Amino acid sequence: MATPVKVYGPPMSTAVSRVLACLYEKNVEFELISINMSKGEHKKPEFLKLQPFGQVPAFEDESISLFESRAICRYICDKYADKGNKGLYGTNPLAKASIDQWLEAEGQSFNPPSSTLVFQLAFAPRMNIKQDKVVIRQNEEKLSKVLDIYEKRLGEARFLAGDEFSLADLSHLPNTQYLVSGTDKGNLFTSRENVGRWWDEISSRDSWKKVVDLQKGA
Amino acid sequence: MAAIKAHGSLISTATNRVLVTLYEKELEFEFVSVDMSTGEHKKDHFLSLNPFGQVPALEHGDLKLFESRAITKYVAYEYANKGTQLIHQDSKKMAITLVWMEVEAQQYDPVASKLTWELGLKPMLGMVTDKAIVEENEAKLAKVLDVYENRLAHSKYLGGDCFTLADLHHLPTLQYLLGTQSQKLFDSRPHVSAWVADITARPAWLKVQAMRNKH
Repeated sequence: MATPVKVYGPPMSTAVSRVLACLYEKNVEFELISINMSKGEHKKPEFLKLQPFGQVPAFEDESISLFESRAICRYICDKYADKGNKGLYGTNPLAKASIDQWLEAEGQSFNPPSSTLVFQLAFAPRMNIKQDKVVIRQNEEKLSKVLDIYEKRLGEARFLAGDEFSLADLSHLPNTQYLVSGTDKGNLFTSRENVGRWWDEISSRDSWKKVVDLQKGA
Repeated sequence: MAAIKAHGSLISTATNRVLVTLYEKELEFEFVSVDMSTGEHKKDHFLSLNPFGQVPALEHGDLKLFESRAITKYVAYEYANKGTQLIHQDSKKMAITLVWMEVEAQQYDPVASKLTWELGLKPMLGMVTDKAIVEENEAKLAKVLDVYENRLAHSKYLGGDCFTLADLHHLPTLQYLLGTQSQKLFDSRPHVSAWVADITARPAWLKVQAMRNKH
């Protein structure tokens, strides 16, 4: 039996949970190795060897060490192409290009405002950091504009890249989970008919439910 | 087969990212200029190519693509047998390249783009540079480039031994920042400096510069 792959970082980290969702979708066994961020473990030399920017996650299997959650996900989909959800990263070049397009849209347009809101509304209070109301308002406006575009797209297609659930949709799960379940900004998603329908569908997947359970248990 | 059409603006870093890739792959293409000063990128015709109303967009027959890094990847894979090899067929080597492509997109570009806007584009458009933003982002860029310096001390290019998309994606913002006060951040790091000199001298990149000088 293959050795489980290793993922370093806390499951409550959005980037870590992105990788975990992908591993569950692909039925790849993993070992989650805890990194105590409140004690600065992610900034220590031993961890910096795995991730030179001192951020989570880091990933290791028997042949390679990687970082950056979206790169790790692409690697998992490529290496384990025949396992689990075979269409997660497309089964032909055109499908893959469409998925990459929406994965880039997530990384470039959705992630910046949504992760700022997640930090301000879900994490800052826990860390006794003062919330910045101007930053919250600006990023809510930016995210709203992005979600208006998603609303139109999801009226034309069931999922972002087409008819099938893909890595592009998966990549949105972590930030959206926090915003919908852990802040008062969930209405940004639920008040938009197509976005709301899409969120219900992607967050009901078994793979994501397993990640949420891990987050609750940690 | 229909011609490749690259829609965009020659001052746009993202557009240049696509153009240099097309030149590296020695592909014939038509450049379709999008007049952003008249809001052409927000009009229905362009929104059908890129619903975010941003440049660039690529058209090839029935295929329409947006997001420069998705376009470059598609082109690099689709034309793997033509021109410069910009990706790896070996999955381990490609995984490392993918890591550094994400580093560019997530660590380097947010900071470099802000500096490009303040120091490169604003002066061109007759707007005033915000010194506080410049200072804040130069400090952030310095930290990113410290990681790059360490990486490039052990690896000729970011993704490994060969020039790939991981290096190419940096070219447009790099070009803007050279010749501004931020150049010192690159010059003061010997491996980064050598890498910058190497990649900005590539013939394909010089062809993109020539396009800008003509228009």
